[in-house]
Amino acid sequence: MPDARITVPAPVPRGKPFEVRIIVRHPMETGYRTDESGKSIPRNVIRSLTCRYNGEVVFSARLSSGIAANPYLRFFVTAKESGPLAFEWVDDAGVRGSDSAAVTVA
Amino acid sequence: MTSSTALRAILVGVLSAHAVIACAQERSLPLPGLRSGITFAGADVRAMQSDDVSNPGFLWVEGGEKRWNTAAGATGKSCASCHGDGRSSMRGVATRYPRYDHAVKGVEDLDARINRCRTDKQGAQPWARESEELLSISAYVSYQSRGLPLAVSIDGPAREAFERGRVFYHARHGQMNLSCSQCHDQNWGKRLLVENLSQGHGNAFPAYRLEWQSLGSLQRRIRACLFGIRAEMPAPGAPELTDIELYLAWRAQGLSIEAPGVRR
Repeated sequence: MPDARITVPAPVPRGKPFEVRIIVRHPMETGYRTDESGKSIPRNVIRSLTCRYNGEVVFSARLSSGIAANPYLRFFVTAKESGPLAFEWVDDAGVRGSDSAAVTVA
Repeated sequence: MTSSTALRAILVGVLSAHAVIACAQERSLPLPGLRSGITFAGADVRAMQSDDVSNPGFLWVEGGEKRWNTAAGATGKSCASCHGDGRSSMRGVATRYPRYDHAVKGVEDLDARINRCRTDKQGAQPWARESEELLSISAYVSYQSRGLPLAVSIDGPAREAFERGRVFYHARHGQMNLSCSQCHDQNWGKRLLVENLSQGHGNAFPAYRLEWQSLGSLQRRIRACLFGIRAEMPAPGAPELTDIELYLAWRAQGLSIEAPGVRR
């Protein structure tokens, strides 16, 4: 199972903003649910997610229990140089995830 | 031509004409009137399904593609070892399931067929129903038939299961004493509290259901319907569920596969 699916247009014109879309695989357990025996299921959501473009942070988000499972995020970044768009995230359980996509600037 | 052969020819002609009429009458909904469940969904759900990037079902499709090429079990075979590239070899396969198989002497759905490959060909443990692994492969295989019309066979030995499915569909179940038909044949298009009643077709499954926050099989969806009418739910993988799946697939024949679909 992939951890995430990242979509960027290819190639992108220099100096122009381009759309970045990511869907991260995560149950985003709210902490308000109980299991079949009535025991409460501990909260486990992605706490923060960061996107770096050529090493520089271009987008970051703090997520909470109000966000659905497999969160989908969409934002715009201005194209400068070709390079990696690297995502990193961490959840309440301390599990870290990462994925990246290559950006080609024409 | 003797009179007896002429008589036989007439008889055969009359009988086959009857068979054609019987088949035509067997459709519970006429083909032009068939409406996929997505047409009853809101604009946001429709948008989510139609865009492969925002459709979360593709997490399972992509996961299934990886599993397809991963060796498993005692024989060390992957799905690809026998079936090659799933994108071509699995095209159209999902349109034919549930299907009668002579080896198992019964009707099996796609999930059961996948598990049979696992046990018989790979020498591995079967996957549990609704497990991420089984849903991934099933989503991957079903996705290869996206856009193709459902075309199950109810001829020959499959007929028995089909008839059982038909009876189940029209029988009243549970504390609410409702049959599938009362909602999905007689009242589709109307509202049940906040829900739009659909025609009850399974062409988008396995589908990502927002209520589940996950992908799920058609069996899970049928069980959810039975739960809703406070009826007894057959266990996942139970033959009753396969029978009803076959009846539903026949009822939806001609409707295109949408897997992985998105539903509320």
